[in-house]
Amino acid sequence: MSEVPEPVHHGFEPNPFGPHHDPISSDPIHADVASPVEQPELVQLLTPEGERVEHPDYSIDLSAEEVQALYRDLALVRRVDVEATALQRQGELGIWASLLGQEAAQIGAGRALLPDDMAFPTYREHGVAWCRGIDPLSIIGLFRGCDSGSWDPIESKFSLYTIVIGAQTLHAVGYAMGMQRDEGQGACLAFFGDGATSQGDVNEAFIFAAVFDAPVVFFCQNNQYAISEPIEKQTRIPLYRRASGFGFPGIRVDGNDVLAVLAVTRRALEAARSGQGPTLIEAYTYRMGAHTTSDDPSRYRLASEMEAWKLKDPIERLKAYLVRSGQADAAFFDAIQAESDELAARVRSGTMEMPDPDPVSMFENTYAEITPYLEEQRDTFLAYQAGFSDQDSHA
Amino acid sequence: MSTSPVTLGKALNMGLRKAMEDDAKVLLMGEDIGKLGGVFRVTDGLQKDFGEDRVIDTPLAESGILGTAVGLAMRGFRPVVEIQFDGFVYPAYDQIVCQVAKLHARSRGRLPMSIVIRIPFGGGIGAVEHHSESPEAYFAHTAGLKVVACSNPVDAYWMIQQAIAHPDPIVFFEPKRRYWEKAELDTEATPEPLFASRLVREGSQVTVLAYGPMVKTALQAASAAEEEGISVEVLDLRTISPLDMGPVLASVRRTGRCVVVHEAPSNLGLGAELSARITEACFYELEAPVLRVGGYDTPYPPSKLEEDYLPDLDRVLEAVDRSLAF
Ligand SMILES: Cc1ncc(C[n+]2csc(CCOP(=O)(O)OP(=O)(O)O)c2C)c(N)n1
Ligand SMILES: [Mg+2]
Repeated sequence: MSEVPEPVHHGFEPNPFGPHHDPISSDPIHADVASPVEQPELVQLLTPEGERVEHPDYSIDLSAEEVQALYRDLALVRRVDVEATALQRQGELGIWASLLGQEAAQIGAGRALLPDDMAFPTYREHGVAWCRGIDPLSIIGLFRGCDSGSWDPIESKFSLYTIVIGAQTLHAVGYAMGMQRDEGQGACLAFFGDGATSQGDVNEAFIFAAVFDAPVVFFCQNNQYAISEPIEKQTRIPLYRRASGFGFPGIRVDGNDVLAVLAVTRRALEAARSGQGPTLIEAYTYRMGAHTTSDDPSRYRLASEMEAWKLKDPIERLKAYLVRSGQADAAFFDAIQAESDELAARVRSGTMEMPDPDPVSMFENTYAEITPYLEEQRDTFLAYQAGFSDQDSHA
Repeated sequence: MSTSPVTLGKALNMGLRKAMEDDAKVLLMGEDIGKLGGVFRVTDGLQKDFGEDRVIDTPLAESGILGTAVGLAMRGFRPVVEIQFDGFVYPAYDQIVCQVAKLHARSRGRLPMSIVIRIPFGGGIGAVEHHSESPEAYFAHTAGLKVVACSNPVDAYWMIQQAIAHPDPIVFFEPKRRYWEKAELDTEATPEPLFASRLVREGSQVTVLAYGPMVKTALQAASAAEEEGISVEVLDLRTISPLDMGPVLASVRRTGRCVVVHEAPSNLGLGAELSARITEACFYELEAPVLRVGGYDTPYPPSKLEEDYLPDLDRVLEAVDRSLAF
């Protein structure tokens, strides 16, 4: 009979995480790992079929005119978006980032804003821009390469588009801290995508907002993709649940239901304005188009996925509701159609007629006052350009 | 053996593939580099062939990418990181400048930092903000980092492999507007060393120094100058830090005149360093001050104005003329 060797005592406990530790699944604290697509409570007031449903915590009471106005917003911003995509295809724009499928998320959020509130967009918030009264042609100017945002961010209460992912969320918190300090009436609404939630800036924004109780609402449009990367590449839990770790409430809303988005965003903004601090809203939606006109989604997602989301289309469902509840008739929809076509025509001709910027404008506004060295460069540039026009006129 | 015309983007793809075949410790990391193959398709097909553990679609966080690359490098891996566009490297700037660049020195050589940071750079593709920048000077200014830029498919193929095999961290700039340019590539040729500048066109009157996307522009300018009877010599720097001053000084000593061309703003750009070094080394052989042709000292303008902002053939020729007129 062989003897069992005495265990050797090294004077320390065996490493519990050594090569023979139990698989992680048997560890009780790891048993509850969630999935980012798990369907938790999702605030919905309008089903995909256009049926009005009640929610225990969120309600909304809108007149027929108000619901019609929302429909008009949705239809018009989609029409502009389709036109812009076409203009890009025809070489009139350098690129276009489509909001297709996200209209309800943006209009619901945009219409929850009050005049004193300030919005901080990414590069896709054309619907929110619309709600803030920004002319679609101003948005087009950026994508045409004429400027980097020609609207007045302070006057319109709509900050400039921000392409660097997540950066604007910190700006929103800082602006909100300013509102807190000069006793402003408003709150900030910070837009960002699902991919952006991975950025340090966004997480720092959550922390600052929480610590300073800033009047800011974080509005994440989870459109399921960051270019080609599906949401699983960014998170293991539903995004709205991130908020609890930072110490403020998070909520998931059906991002294709304009009524629910409006109700949820209104409530969160009210809470922020009344000193209750930040909220994270996850608007669960879908990017129905390519990431931008430069992208080819067939490389990374199946067409069938798109088909499933088409059934949840934000505009179709509001239309179904309006019809079903008798709040709008054919004449209403015809009128909206006509207005859309008119707007699209104006966008098209306005784009074609948009003047190229004056080259010398690139030297302007680099500083509050141009520096002598830059002035020298500008003058050299002007002389150099003039040399060409001289040549042309002599030719 | 393959001698066939390939694009610069494809040459990088082939070089990455070869590096991954040669060394199992080579990993690719970045945003959208897997199924999509990167927004410029430089990593096309690599995840399919090498798996998700070696071609890693990361969360959308550049600081996270570089920070984890540091840990992987400490563990003996050779991360090759793709930054999607030049203007998006800044969230990672802290990790690159404070950690990647310094850990070899801080650990007295105990921590390997074999990281390659690939950055498509420069303008000329009609893009929106942050997609057309030339941030090379920020990195060249940082001790501990090496910085190179390829200008053509053949260099792209070899330089990426050499950079990956090199022990030091390297910021590898790729001229994005030249991704689609083609050249014959002989994958069995003997490559030139990585940190060597190259004479790409002989001439006798003015030396033009360029790298990345501006090499082609400089060569076009040299051809145009020839038609006017002016002989321009062109050097492709290839390495930005360390600079390979030997060929540069030899050329400037021959011609007595030098023009440096880059897309980055002139103020404290590579041209400033080159000008200083050339002036220090061959002051008495110079017939004219070293001249710079660069972007203006303004933010990169909206794309409708980029042709006005970027150095082009005419601006290079204008500087050549000014140099000759001294
Ligand atoms: C700091 C930074 N890194 C990378 C990019 C390139 N980029 C542009 S959009 C995008 C994906 C963003 O995804 P998400 O936050 O989900 O927003 P969505 O585009 O889906 O609206 C990436 C990686 C960028 N703009 N900024
Ligand atoms: Mg997204």
